[in-house]
Amino acid sequence: MIRKQDFRRLNPVTWEIPQSFRQDMRVPVRIFASEKILEATLGDRSIEQAVNVATLPGLVSHVVVMPDVHQGYGFPIGGVAATKLPDGVISPGGIGYDINCGVRVLSSEITVDEAEPWLDDLASALYAHCPSGVGVKGSVRLTAKALDKVLRQGSEWAERNGFATFEDVLRTEEQGRLADADPSCVSDRAKQRGRPQLGTLGAGNHFIEVDIIEEIFHAEAARAMGLYAGNLAVQIHCGSRGFGHQVCSDYVRELQNAVQRYNIRLPDRELVCAPLDSPEGKRYFAAMACAANYAFANRQVLTHHARMAFEEVLAGKVGNWDLSLVYDIAHNMGKIEIHRIDGEEVTVCVHRKGATRAFGPGFEELPEEYRDLGQPVIIPGSMGTGSWVLLGTEASMNLAFGSSCHGAGRTMSRKQAKRSVRGEQLLTKLESQGIHIRAGSMPGLAEEAPQAYKDVDKVVDVVCEAGIAKKVARLKPLVVIKG
Amino acid sequence: MDESARLDQENIAIEEIEHTADWAIRIRGKDLKTLFQNAALGMLHFIQASSHRGKTRSKLVDLRAIDNETLMVTWLEELLFNMETHEVNYTDIEVREVENCRLRAIVQETPLASIKKEIKAVTFHDLKIQATDDGYITTIVFDV
Repeated sequence: MIRKQDFRRLNPVTWEIPQSFRQDMRVPVRIFASEKILEATLGDRSIEQAVNVATLPGLVSHVVVMPDVHQGYGFPIGGVAATKLPDGVISPGGIGYDINCGVRVLSSEITVDEAEPWLDDLASALYAHCPSGVGVKGSVRLTAKALDKVLRQGSEWAERNGFATFEDVLRTEEQGRLADADPSCVSDRAKQRGRPQLGTLGAGNHFIEVDIIEEIFHAEAARAMGLYAGNLAVQIHCGSRGFGHQVCSDYVRELQNAVQRYNIRLPDRELVCAPLDSPEGKRYFAAMACAANYAFANRQVLTHHARMAFEEVLAGKVGNWDLSLVYDIAHNMGKIEIHRIDGEEVTVCVHRKGATRAFGPGFEELPEEYRDLGQPVIIPGSMGTGSWVLLGTEASMNLAFGSSCHGAGRTMSRKQAKRSVRGEQLLTKLESQGIHIRAGSMPGLAEEAPQAYKDVDKVVDVVCEAGIAKKVARLKPLVVIKG
Repeated sequence: MDESARLDQENIAIEEIEHTADWAIRIRGKDLKTLFQNAALGMLHFIQASSHRGKTRSKLVDLRAIDNETLMVTWLEELLFNMETHEVNYTDIEVREVENCRLRAIVQETPLASIKKEIKAVTFHDLKIQATDDGYITTIVFDV
């Protein structure tokens, strides 16, 4: 059991568990949290899980824990860990089953006043156009050959097939395509699961939201992103569906052998891993990249359908119903990046599980309009509250391997949420606040109740005070689509 | 046998435990066969699948793994995969043998109508099958 006195407070929002805390730790654990968030975090096993992560071979600097942290499996959700190439490890469980689960935000010129009479129609149209829920199939039918193209090309496939604009591709992390993808490293089972599901939202915490831009905090950045107070924005949150789940499952099982072969001792079998330069490590990385590309294409196809829904409802009723992608980011991913560690440039594999890349200004991959500002970071909150658009900072590169939080973070188990909240009552309450909801399941809605999550504003305050992100805009939900 | 009736009989053997983000169950069984069977019933109870009217098909499942924990994950994943890709529901499951890291079971498949809850994956997190005075016990965490 980890107690508050086991931490050293480095500053008001940074706490450290030193390497000496447990004999098998290779690096310290640092958590970004207010005192209150830290105390709440000690209520589950997330910090113990972060300490377990700190035992992985090849780690550099420290394991990072974000203020939206909560208990996961193996890694905590909200964890970041970097391992050094070539022989540091890659851990599929440190990236998660929903590989490249991520979120994008789209801006519009539509004001809330002109859209208000049509919001309920918009909710119905989005629900109809964007397939959601358990076991649902998408409208895109892929042959085996076409699926391999999706896996290699990601957003580029979407552009070639009319689901994306050139600007969409430019405004996606890695331009929507991880180059190391190799479909021959993916099982037939994963491909069978992936073929019917492209362009689907899924269930759980995945959603599509239409928001009002409530407040702007950084005028220059907001202008570059096309975000103006009083206008509508759209968020799409989902991942690689059954395809990614199967890739992760396959490799977590396969690597159970590898840890014995490479003589790696682990406190939790979910942390199974292999050296990045081993055949197993390379194969997993190539398969993970396929799942990442699938997820980029998935969010892009959903974007296409969201645009169709907007056109269907708003064409002729508002001046311009187009939706422009602001940015698309992953929050479950392993990336090969160069970071400065102890004054030296080191190539590392950054595992972000429930954490967002948040690179500062000057990063060449960023679209020109963001290059001097920093990378846009999207932080969806719980469905009744709000969401944030932030900017990555230079300080984040040193403090958190260029990462930030990814959401509000759960505080309540799904079981507890269902005990405390009834889906139908929650629906009525949110609708009375002017939020139009379409949800496939009432118990599913109850599990995602706002009270099951931390206060996203307080989480964002921590990352901003820590210096790893800056506020750009706050969004408030008007329409929520959930599976 | 009706799945919910089966679960009522086995309810002492399947216990939902708190997990902040995902879903976890503690499973007991008087022997390994019962433990694996109860794990499948617990998972199916959570999913809340329903069947279309149609032909019931009896199928043999035969799986091997490097140890019993991996066999447990492989077994539950096998059922999940078939539900999703072959669109079947399981109306009865009988684990006939768990020995030397090999499982043999007879399952009754019917056409799947719907699933209420999605399980993304069966994890190895804290997974340890332990022998007790009364048989076996384990905890399984599912990514949902």
